[in-house]
Amino acid sequence: MKDRNWTRREFLRKASLAALAGSSLPLLSSCTKEEVEDFLQKRFVEMTPEEKTRVIAKLEKRYEQRYGKKFQISTQEAPPDTVWGYGLELSRCIGCRRCVYACVKENNNSRHDPQLQWIRVLRLKRGNLINLEDSEHFYDPDLVPEPGFLYLPVQCQQCENPPCVKVCPVHATWKEPDGIVVVDYNWCIGCRYCIAACPYKGRVFNWADPNIPKEEVNPAVHYLGNRPRMKCAVDKCTFCIQRVRQGRYPACVEACPTGTRKFGNLLDPNSEIRYIIDRKRVFRLKEDLNTESKFYYFFES
Amino acid sequence: MEALGGILKETWHFYRRTLLLVLKGNRAYYAWCLSLLAITIIGFLFYLKQHDQGLIATKMTDQVSWGLYIANFTYLVGMAAAAVLLVIPSYIYQFKPIKEIVVLGELFAASSIVMAILFVMVDLGRLDRFWHMIPFIGSMNFPQSLLAWDVVVLNGYLFLNLLIPFYLLVKFYYRQEPNWRFILPFILLSVPWAVAIHTVTAFLYNGLAARPFWNSSILAPRFLASAFCSGPAIILIIFQIIRRVSLIKIEDHALFKIAELMAYAMFVILYLLTAEIYKEYYSDTVHLAPFRYLFEGLHGHHYLVAWIWSAMAMNVVAFFIFLVPKTRRRLSTLNLGCVLIIIGVWIEKGPGFVIPGFIPDPLGEIYEYVPNLVELMVSFGIWAAGFLMFTLLLKVAIPIETGAFSHVTYMEGVFRREEEDQAWRIDRPIK
Repeated sequence: MKDRNWTRREFLRKASLAALAGSSLPLLSSCTKEEVEDFLQKRFVEMTPEEKTRVIAKLEKRYEQRYGKKFQISTQEAPPDTVWGYGLELSRCIGCRRCVYACVKENNNSRHDPQLQWIRVLRLKRGNLINLEDSEHFYDPDLVPEPGFLYLPVQCQQCENPPCVKVCPVHATWKEPDGIVVVDYNWCIGCRYCIAACPYKGRVFNWADPNIPKEEVNPAVHYLGNRPRMKCAVDKCTFCIQRVRQGRYPACVEACPTGTRKFGNLLDPNSEIRYIIDRKRVFRLKEDLNTESKFYYFFES
Repeated sequence: MEALGGILKETWHFYRRTLLLVLKGNRAYYAWCLSLLAITIIGFLFYLKQHDQGLIATKMTDQVSWGLYIANFTYLVGMAAAAVLLVIPSYIYQFKPIKEIVVLGELFAASSIVMAILFVMVDLGRLDRFWHMIPFIGSMNFPQSLLAWDVVVLNGYLFLNLLIPFYLLVKFYYRQEPNWRFILPFILLSVPWAVAIHTVTAFLYNGLAARPFWNSSILAPRFLASAFCSGPAIILIIFQIIRRVSLIKIEDHALFKIAELMAYAMFVILYLLTAEIYKEYYSDTVHLAPFRYLFEGLHGHHYLVAWIWSAMAMNVVAFFIFLVPKTRRRLSTLNLGCVLIIIGVWIEKGPGFVIPGFIPDPLGEIYEYVPNLVELMVSFGIWAAGFLMFTLLLKVAIPIETGAFSHVTYMEGVFRREEEDQAWRIDRPIK
């Protein structure tokens, strides 16, 4: 029964696409074959392996033309028995923002017009942690840390119960088996409902074509992660999916000079993150919203 | 075969007459239509610029990610309620004077929905991927995403509000009694459906726990109440224009009946607003911040304060105008009340509702959003396009309703031609 439904749906979709293509033939004939292909490109999770290979080849060629570098676009899937978790020791963070810039560089974020950053470091007056209304986002002293303040870095918290995924009208964003919330940048329609739904400001929007300096572009990318994005699609932190699925740390963890940032597999009892959860006093931001985030803040015990 | 030929001929005649009706008019009609067309074209040119550059051409940012477009969208969904307010009394209680004008109200609702959909389309970053939202062809996240629900209910409402008036107009054209067993279910369905479009649009904001300003269970009732005011307010004004420029008769009695219904709705709006403001201010939690931004200003940012207080003043004054029978039944004060409601509710349900949801943002940042020229011009363009559509629909609908454009006049024309034809044939041998 299920099979029959699927084939009927497939048939309907194919017939409709054919009709769509047929009826817009005069319009499409003025476009190049590549533009037509882009227009009709399927959602990543519904592509066959051959279709994926073709799309990757197309993108690699396009990126090479644009940035003058040979790209490696990975489609590596989630490793088995893995759910990634993040730890952040608030008592160590000095607010230097090295993580912010390491992230921008690693993930090919637009540098200006718009300037997009996936990590936001808030400066809070000591004595206050929950009410973020008095936080300072644009602190700019000569020297950090400043006395009387603490720093709270915030990025996508990779919720187990992500409000952003729930609201997306087209299934353009979903939670991968290893717990990372990803976006299919080629399927996003740019409605920005997910941005409105996220309680952590975990998502940013490419308000224009991203500006990435050729010499700084990172060619080691993942399709669902740090590949260069396009105009008017949403993007977000993926815990550096291109790195962590190959057994490396996220760029922000590596860049931190004080060892504030920890990372590991929540399902592995011997991992660093499990050590922290078991032995430190951890908490998660806005737990009252029941997002079940996998981003644990903690203090020296 | 001959009958089919006759119908085809008449259909051809119908379209030609429609085109003529639309193309011909007095000087005021031309001036009105051409200026609307000009504004639409200017808006479209600004949209092309935005489409080319991306949404960076607007003042929206990651902090305030929806702006004037979505504000207008929210307001227009409310406007479409006008139809249901006319439908309930006219069809169900057989209220005669309103029955004549309900078709026009439904055409207005259809135009509002078209405008609302256009506002969503200009707000979409990737219009080229709109097909991802179409059920079965794309990948619609139904029933999880309220935006998917909104696509379904808005298009359904548009369908109903085109089907019902078109069907009735065709029947009017043939001077036939409508087949009520066919059309009445659609009419009855349009009542709960109108409630549904407002409820779904309210839920779209309502369900976001990240935005305390919207996350209040009183939101959907507030939406409904304001919809029952702003739509009829503009309809009252449009009806007065229609009866001045056309032969259609709309009695004062009908207008006053609508105004009375609006007085009740106005009371509910103000009551619900009071309930909401009391709860937020008395409990005085961190969730008060967006209200303080809206009503008093927050950390030195108070762009919306003057706007919302003018809206409050307009709504209260309008409420008293509609409450007192004397002012409600005098056209000059009635019209003043309508204008106050249109502007007041637009501020409150549009920018005054959408923007504070984003200020402060979930991490406490304040970005003060003020729309720029591109957003203003594109918005004006869409409003002009909607009014143009409504004008053209009326230009055809009104002669059908008054009987100036009907099957009878067509048959008379045919009959006269045949008569002349035969007279000519009979006459000939004698001469």
